[in-house]
Amino acid sequence: MPSARSSMLDRAPENDPVTEVRPVAFRGAGFVPNAGRYSGWIALALVIALWQLAGSAGWVNPLFLPAPSAIAVAIYKLAMSGALWQHLAASVVRIGSGWLLGTVAGVIVGFAIGLSTLARGVGITFISALFPIPKIALLPLLILWLGIGEEPKIATIALGVFFSTAISVYSGVDAVPRNLIRMAQSFNVPFHAIVRRVVWPGALPSILAGFRITASVALLLVVSAEMIGAQFGIGAFVLQAGNLMQTDQLLAGVVILSLFGLAVGKAISVLEARLLHWR
Amino acid sequence: MDLIADHISHRFGELDVLDRVSFTVASGEVVAIVGPSGCGKSTLLSILGGLLRPSEGRAELRGAPPADSLNPLTFVFQDFALLPWCTVEANVEFPLIHTALDATTRRAVVDDALRRTGLSDFRGAYPKQLSGGMRQRVGIARALAVRPAILLMDEPLSALDSQTRELLMEDFIGLLADGAMGAVYVTHNLEEAVRLADRIVVLSRRPGRVREIVEIPMTRAERGAIDARGQLLGLQNDLWSLIREEAIDAEREVQHA
Repeated sequence: MPSARSSMLDRAPENDPVTEVRPVAFRGAGFVPNAGRYSGWIALALVIALWQLAGSAGWVNPLFLPAPSAIAVAIYKLAMSGALWQHLAASVVRIGSGWLLGTVAGVIVGFAIGLSTLARGVGITFISALFPIPKIALLPLLILWLGIGEEPKIATIALGVFFSTAISVYSGVDAVPRNLIRMAQSFNVPFHAIVRRVVWPGALPSILAGFRITASVALLLVVSAEMIGAQFGIGAFVLQAGNLMQTDQLLAGVVILSLFGLAVGKAISVLEARLLHWR
Repeated sequence: MDLIADHISHRFGELDVLDRVSFTVASGEVVAIVGPSGCGKSTLLSILGGLLRPSEGRAELRGAPPADSLNPLTFVFQDFALLPWCTVEANVEFPLIHTALDATTRRAVVDDALRRTGLSDFRGAYPKQLSGGMRQRVGIARALAVRPAILLMDEPLSALDSQTRELLMEDFIGLLADGAMGAVYVTHNLEEAVRLADRIVVLSRRPGRVREIVEIPMTRAERGAIDARGQLLGLQNDLWSLIREEAIDAEREVQHA
């Protein structure tokens, strides 16, 4: 004779709603997106293939949207003629100088705001007032102040980079767990050593995230500045191509900008992997 | 070296947290501080360790610290306070870097602290790779490395599971056995207080005042004996009866805050 427990576990007659045994429904799916390793590249390849098909089949006017193959040919010709390197070098020098200047100033001011009551009181007011201004709007003024050479373009980029860097740095300093600072103080670790060994590494994730943003800001501003007043540079080249209705060349410039942005993003990822391996 | 709380009062804005708290921790003595939630135990420890300036009164040291002590008052934190970007070894070495010790001596001190806490095989691990108990062992090793005269422990076991708590409690008893090092042990766990302390300072609910100072009438070695357990349990019950009503009031206060 079956025990009471075994009879509970036994299967009930089918279609009996009271005693029917059924699996607990799984409700935990979703909310954990996981980018597939190749899915992004496959999607990109599909879009390019579709775009190429549209161009080759004559579904779209090549003046409005040149095919990817036409853009690749344009890039090849630009590279062979040397014009690509001339424009790219001009842009890279401007971005590099402006980004470096803005980053150094932003890191110094950000740390000052994060660590000093006086600097915080003054600095946050100025940053709040000046950060929302589109920096490209200041280019004419900077040309008046600094002349028509490289300086105003570099200064525009530096200004754009400075504010975002300063904000990410002082946010990062604020986010350093206070218990770590108190721990260091409790061991009589000197102020400069606390900054170097506790605050700096603690703020680094936020600073590197800021670099990602400022790299995009620098790219945006160099293109804008070169469109307003430059003979060489990717921005100037794109504007020129647009004026001459050379849309394959225009899109070649856009692709080069995109590749440049990707390369910078990859470099920052490598930096993060090296410096933030402990996370 | 004695540590003296001399009429310490503290306010956070309008909130009175501590009210004229006075007691002395004699050299090599272990004093536990217990009391209802929010009575200012951790605030008092921060003041005693020089991390917080009291509104009134002061923390004082009487007598010279041991000659080889690099940091006479050393904290062991509830949340371990380990640098996540440093290995176990680098965390233990951290407070030594800015001392006058040369690299060879530093290395020897770190090795000794890791050995005493059973961490020698984990020196290259990062905190995220360790369990809570092991992390606290790193915190203890770091504290031992500076040869403190008095350990200031702020609920060092409260973030750990009961088995790990038991193991670390045995470690604490071992470390404090020879009386070379004193301790102030803040806890809400009366069992821990009774097992570890020579005296227990019972604080009232906020603003914390010294309500009673209870002496434990046996050595820590004697407390391990089975027949001592009944007496310890009795002491624990006495302490609970001192705190119980105020703990209930404090909890209601927190709920209505």
